[in-house]
This record gives sequence, structure tokens and C-alpha cells, in this order.
Amino acid sequence: MKILVCISKAPDTTSKIAFKDNNTAFDENGVQFIVNPYDEWYALVRAIELKEAQGGSVTTITVGGADNDPIIRKALAIGADDAIRVDMEATDAFQVASEIAAKAKEGGFDLVLCGKETINNNGAVVGGMLAELLDAPYIPLATKLDVSGTTAEITRDIAGGEEVLTAQLPVVISAAKGMAEQRIPNMRGIMAARSKALNVAAPAGTEASTEVKSYSLPPAKGDCTYIDAENPAELIKKLHEEAKVI
Amino acid sequence: MSTETKEKALMGGEFLIRDVRAKDVFIPEEWNEEQVMMKQTCLDFVNQEIVPLLERIEKQEEGLMPSLLEKAGELGMLGISIPEELGGMGMDFKTSMLCTEALGEAHSFSVAYGAHTGIGTLPILYYGNEEQKAKYIPKLASGEWKACYCLTEPSSGSDANSGKTKATLSEDGKHYIINGQKMWITNAGFADVFTVFAKIDDDENLSAFILTKEMEGITLNAEEKKMGIKGSSTRQVFFNNVKVPVENLLYERGKGFKIAVNILNIGRIKLAGGVMGGSKGVITYAVTYANEREQFGRPISKYGAIRNKLAQMAIKTYVVESATYRATQNIEDEINHLVEGGMDKGAATLKGIASYAPECAMLKVFGSEVLDYVADEAVQIYGGMGYSAETRVEMSYRDSRINRIFEGTNEINRMLTVDMLLKKAMKGELDLMGPAMKVANELMGIPDFSAPSDNEFERMREVIGRFKKAVLMVAGAAAQKLAMSLAKEQEVLMNIADMAIQLYAAESVVLRVEKLAEMKGLDAIKVELEIMRSFMFEASETINKSGREALMSFGEGDELRMMMLGMKRFTKMEPFNIKESRRVVAQAIIDANKYCF
Ligand SMILES: Cc1cc2nc3c(=O)[nH]c(=O)nc-3n(C[C@H](O)[C@H](O)[C@H](O)COP(=O)(O)OP(=O)(O)OC[C@H]3O[C@@H](n4cnc5c(N)ncnc54)[C@H](O)[C@@H]3O)c2cc1C
Repeated sequence: MKILVCISKAPDTTSKIAFKDNNTAFDENGVQFIVNPYDEWYALVRAIELKEAQGGSVTTITVGGADNDPIIRKALAIGADDAIRVDMEATDAFQVASEIAAKAKEGGFDLVLCGKETINNNGAVVGGMLAELLDAPYIPLATKLDVSGTTAEITRDIAGGEEVLTAQLPVVISAAKGMAEQRIPNMRGIMAARSKALNVAAPAGTEASTEVKSYSLPPAKGDCTYIDAENPAELIKKLHEEAKVI
Repeated sequence: MSTETKEKALMGGEFLIRDVRAKDVFIPEEWNEEQVMMKQTCLDFVNQEIVPLLERIEKQEEGLMPSLLEKAGELGMLGISIPEELGGMGMDFKTSMLCTEALGEAHSFSVAYGAHTGIGTLPILYYGNEEQKAKYIPKLASGEWKACYCLTEPSSGSDANSGKTKATLSEDGKHYIINGQKMWITNAGFADVFTVFAKIDDDENLSAFILTKEMEGITLNAEEKKMGIKGSSTRQVFFNNVKVPVENLLYERGKGFKIAVNILNIGRIKLAGGVMGGSKGVITYAVTYANEREQFGRPISKYGAIRNKLAQMAIKTYVVESATYRATQNIEDEINHLVEGGMDKGAATLKGIASYAPECAMLKVFGSEVLDYVADEAVQIYGGMGYSAETRVEMSYRDSRINRIFEGTNEINRMLTVDMLLKKAMKGELDLMGPAMKVANELMGIPDFSAPSDNEFERMREVIGRFKKAVLMVAGAAAQKLAMSLAKEQEVLMNIADMAIQLYAAESVVLRVEKLAEMKGLDAIKVELEIMRSFMFEASETINKSGREALMSFGEGDELRMMMLGMKRFTKMEPFNIKESRRVVAQAIIDANKYCF
């Protein structure tokens, strides 16, 4: 089975978020990047588990500049066999999905996995677009994935329960928490990553279909006042006189 | 690497008499991607596998610590610098130091890990013959077997060569029969492999033997009840007519003490790496708490008294890091140089590290005392919560304390520092007396009144040059005045060691920040510049105080007066606003909400 896993970088959750270029771009200065956790902990690890159990190969794909190489090599250290980096600075999800689709078609993959979303932009659309472009079924937010023969069996969380479904390969799946468990890359894997191929590919040249007008941070949190649980009168008084909401 | 443009590196102890260029030192900003990833693996391991279990580890839950060592083994963490053909990763010494740093935040696990991979594994790796290495090392690297190191005895601690444990050759010449008692043995409770030091017959010197758990006659006392690192196993080990095959003699008869000393050299610099990682972790909890805890309506991190603490904790830690990796690179270069000259990697590693034994001892002392300082101030920042056994700083405070005691107490390491430097001088490896004489003559000359340079780094280097003169003046005068009795004047030895440590530390931070300035430009390193300035002040004060204490202890009359004046001149620094300087450093970690350098 040939598996393709989409990997993108995301700022470490402790990063300070700031914008530049008139608030139209994220300021990467001083930001520590990690592999987007949904891509790494769930999609990549499950792909590697499937490969370990059934044979085949795991390729990662990333759309972006050379500054992505450290996170790509981490994916190789965790156990992917090789990697593709489409060398372009994509500005929207359609561009990313189109570029990945072009390479996915060339590679003839049986299974394409991505994280349910990146933790910075939270668009959660690349997987769906990619499936459409590849003319394959799309199963988002999968919490469990098994493959036997050419059939994938997927479990998804739905409101108040679970849904189990099957689909014929090739299929595109987005991974949510639960599909696998984070793996710490071992030292041997890190060393092996040195000699694995990280293929830099020219972009197909898709244009972006959207343009960012501006980003802004949520308003700063106001002060929090604690009121003794035994004293509801005080709460009512404050809501009435200070907050003026009742 | 651009080795061809490097000047010949400083040899051990040479920092006292020679200067080095910033571009020739290694700084932590130069780790490569692979090394950073390996460090991250160790940090991930600590955060995911150790921290959630700290309480269970503290209680020494049966089988837990060995299972964690096995997990570390699966990740390849037990064999970072063990050659690949023996089941390790074959990485360099520097990378193993970086991983040790990352594991320094792991409390009792750090000690179990350090004992297993250091004193437990290295004697066999470096002194074992081919069969011994093939038999033990792969299983130690994988974690299948755990190791301990049995040197200390109830009556033989700092005086390690005085042990009473005996080995006698059996009549058929096939076995040594070992009898004796060891104490304070880390990992003893679950160890499979014991490196045991004992004297054969009436030998004056120790020999070392490899023992294994199933040999009859090895028994253990109960676990010691300790102040800290409670999760690590520490027991007495008894040997009662233990039959050890003669092929289990490690290296040569009577060479055990040499093994012990050389393994301790490695242990000391590794300890510096570990405590540095520990300090970084503690600073992170302290600043996180200071940012959250409010009193008088504001987070306590807004108060100058707390900021000053946070800054000093970070400054000292940054300096330990600068000095430790500077020495680590020197050792690495020397190892490579010896290997290129045809020496076997293991022998080269030992010799390379031994060449920098004074630096290893200094770093052990400095690093362990900085961690104690940092942990103590962290408790203070936590206030009453710092005294609660439910917080991690309370554990850090207790755990930190051992580092000043094992791997040679800090007193022993201070004495060793001076002793080793003087021995190098006597052997002609290090010309201390020439430069010391020059300084003595300079005292009688006219002071240099030339205008200070506009370049701050040049000014700092000039100050460092004077610190060197201060150390040389005191050490030279002490050696001359006290001659053979110097060894008995331990107070003076302590003073000289403290001066040397501060000098090495101060020079290392200046070199690091100067190199950083070349790499990133002055604007990008405003905080680091303040770290350098603040520490230089601290070093000048300590060198001055220790120097005067020493001079007052043996000097007399005009000569003493002249040297006291010299000391003042050699440790003079331009005043600057140290409060503002430390506030800048504090602000950086307060904003980052963690140790961020
Ligand atoms: C938790 C723990 C784990 C340990 N793990 C191991 C292990 O795995 N293997 C092992 O072999 N050992 C181990 N040790 C032993 C440790 O290395 C010794 O405790 C240490 O070397 C000090 O020896 P001592 O305890 O006998 O103290 P002593 O030597 O009695 O020292 C007492 C005090 O006297 C000072 N002193 C001693 N000699 C002199 C001198 N000549 N001049 C001036 N001052 C002096 C010391 O600095 C110290 O302050 C461990 C100890 C502890 C507490």
C-alpha cells in the first residue's frame, strides 16, 4: 500500500502571535515551528503503523519553502520513507490542495491522509478539496482507520456517537484525535532521516483563489473578579451596578 | 567544518594564560538540526513518560524505574555515544552532553539515567576488552541490563582509593573471591551488572571487576531514606565470597583507581550538563508561577525583588551553559585530533576528557552550585507554596542538593582544580610560573592608563585579561610563599579555585555573546549583552573577594599591600546600572513565560 501523508508546519502553542505587512501576514520572527499535531500524532503515526503491519510505503508531502525542512525531517525521523516538498509559498488552501493533488496523481497513492486541520489557520478544507481534485471519497475527522485489501474501514465521531463506514481505496481521510498515539522519534530514526530522500519538486503553479485582507487578535481578556459562592447577593449587585447587564 | 581557520584550541588549564577568539568557541546557538531533534526526543520523553509519573517514581514503585530505563533504551537514549557496532548511536560527545542536559529536568530519573549510562556503562566501554564489550555493552545500550558502579564504602568516600573490599585469587587460579561492603550505590536495587572496585591481595591500589546479579554472595541492604532523588535506588551492597571468573577483571590489576578517576572526569562535566538542564526547568516553573501569582493586586513578576531573582537565576544558568559547551567542544576537538592521530576512539575519549580535567572539576562545582541557587530562589518565589510537598520546586530543591556531594564533593573538586593546574605546571604542560612572574613584576610598574576601547567586547576582553592576572598573582604568590605546605592551606586552595571558576565562567559568557553578536548583530542580542554585563560584575566581585581572602591568609607587610592594590586594579570594572541590566533579563523571561535563551 502506498500512503501519502500531508504534513504542514504550525507554530508551537506557546508562541507569541503577531502580524506583519499591515496585519496581512503572520510574523514568523522568533516563532518555534512544530509539525502540525494532527498531521504528526495521528495521520503520520497511523500511516506508519499500517505500513509496519502490512508493508508498503509512507511518503510525506508539504507545500512550502525550505524553512519546512526541519519539520519534514522530523516526519522522516518518526518513520516516513521519503518526502516531497513542493517549493512554493502557498497563501490559501486551494493552492495547497491543488499542488498536493498534482503530486498525488503522479505518485499513484492508495491512501492519502491529512490532519483534520492545522492548529494555526484551522481551515480544515485541504483534505476535502484534495479528495475532490483526486476524484476520491473524502472521510473527514476519522478517529480510527483500518485497511484490509482494498477496503478502508473508518470510524468517525459524530454528535453523540460514532459512525463506522467503509470505502474503496484510493481514499482521502482527515485524522482526528484517537487515530493513533504520538510517537517520540527514536535516536536511530533521527539518524536514519539523514539518508532518506527529501525531494524538492517544482510547483504546478496554481494561483491562489483568495486573498487575506487582515488578521487580528481577539480582544485582550478583561480582569476577572472572584465572588464568594456563598454570596449571590454580591454577584447580583455587581452585575447590576458595575457590569450593567441586568 | 572550518577547522583550518581555527587557532590551536586551548589545552586544559590554558585559559589562565592564553586568550581565545570568540569565533573559535562553540556556542549553544550552533547546534545542528539533528542534535536539536535528539534533544527534543529527550525532552519529549521527560514530559510524556517521566513527569506524569513523578509521584509514583518518588515512591519507588516496584519495577517502575527499570521499566523507564528500558523505554529510554528503546528510544536509543542509553547509547547516544556508544559506537554503532556495540548497539549505540555512535554520536559524538557533544550530542551526548546535549541529551544529558535535556534529561536534567527529570529528577530521580536523571540520576538513574546518569548512573546507568555514565559510571555504570563507561568503565566497560572504555576499559573492557573486546569480549567484555561485546558481552555487556549492547545489552546496556538497549536497557535490557541495568548497571551500577560500586566504589564508595562506609569508611572510604572522598578517599576512594582507601577501600577495604578485597579480592583473592582462588587456588585453581580461575576465580577472584570478593569480600567487602559498598555504600550509596545508585541503581543497586535493580542492577544486573555491577562494576566493583576492590584490592587484590595486599595491593596498594584498586582493581575493577565486572560482577553480575546472579553471582552468589551479592546481597543488598534496604533502600536508603534520602533527602531528595527519592525515586532513585540507593543501597548498600555486600559481597560475601563472591566467585568472579578471572576474565571479569576489568583492564589491568591495580589500575582500578585510574579507571575511577577517568570515569569521574566524564561524570563531572556530564553532571554540569544535567544541572544546567535542571536549572532551565526550574526557572521555567518559577517564572510561570511568578506570572500567575498575584499579591497586592499585581502578578508578583511585576515586583523588582522578584525580577531581580529571576534575572540572576537566568544569568547564572546562561553562564553555566556557555562554559559547559565551550569546554565540551574543546574536549570533542581533542578527541577528534587524537583519533586522527591513530588513537582508538575509546582511548581518545578518555585522554581528551582527561586533558580538560580541571575544567570538568570547575564546571561540576559551578553548575551544581548554580542549580542550588536557582532551586533555592525558586522556592522563595513560590513563597509558602514552595514549601509545599505538592509543588515541583520543592522536589527540585531537595533533588538539587546531591549534586554538590557526589561525583567528588565540591570541596574535593575545588582542591583537585588547583592541584591539577599546578601539576600541569610542574610537568611543563602549562607555563603558569612565567606569566605569574610577569604579573608580579607588573605590580611594581606603572599602571596602564591608556583610554578604553569603544568596542565593548574589547573592553570586556581587557577586563578578562585582568581577571587572569588576578588569578595568576594569587596562585603564583601562594605557590611561592607556601610551597609544599600549600596543599595543607585548603582555605587558600578554595579561594584560588573560586577565582579560576569565575574567570572561566566570565570569559565563556563574553566569548559566547561576542560570537552571537557576529552571528546576529548587536540589535538582536540586547538581552544577552545585559547577561554578559551583569555576570562580569558578579565575577569581578567574587574574584576580588576570594583573591583578597587568599592574600590576607598568607601575605604580609608591603608585599601584601602591593598585592591588595593589584587585586583592586585587576578586578576594577566601569560602573553601570545593574538594576536596569537585570530588569532587561527578567523581562525577557517574564514575556516568554519560560527560560528562553
Ligand atoms: C544519593 C547518593 C548516590 C551515590 N551514588 C554512588 C554510586 O553510584 N557509586 C559510588 O561509588 N558512590 C556513590 N555515592 C557516594 C558519593 O560519591 C560519596 O558520598 C562522596 O564521594 C562523598 O563521600 P562521603 O560520603 O564518604 O563523604 P566524606 O568523604 O566523608 O566527606 C565528608 C565531608 O568532608 C569533606 N572532605 C573529605 N575529605 C576531605 C579532604 N581531604 N579535605 C577537605 N575536606 C574533605 C567533604 O568535602 C565533605 O564535605 C553516592 C552518594 C549519594 C549520597
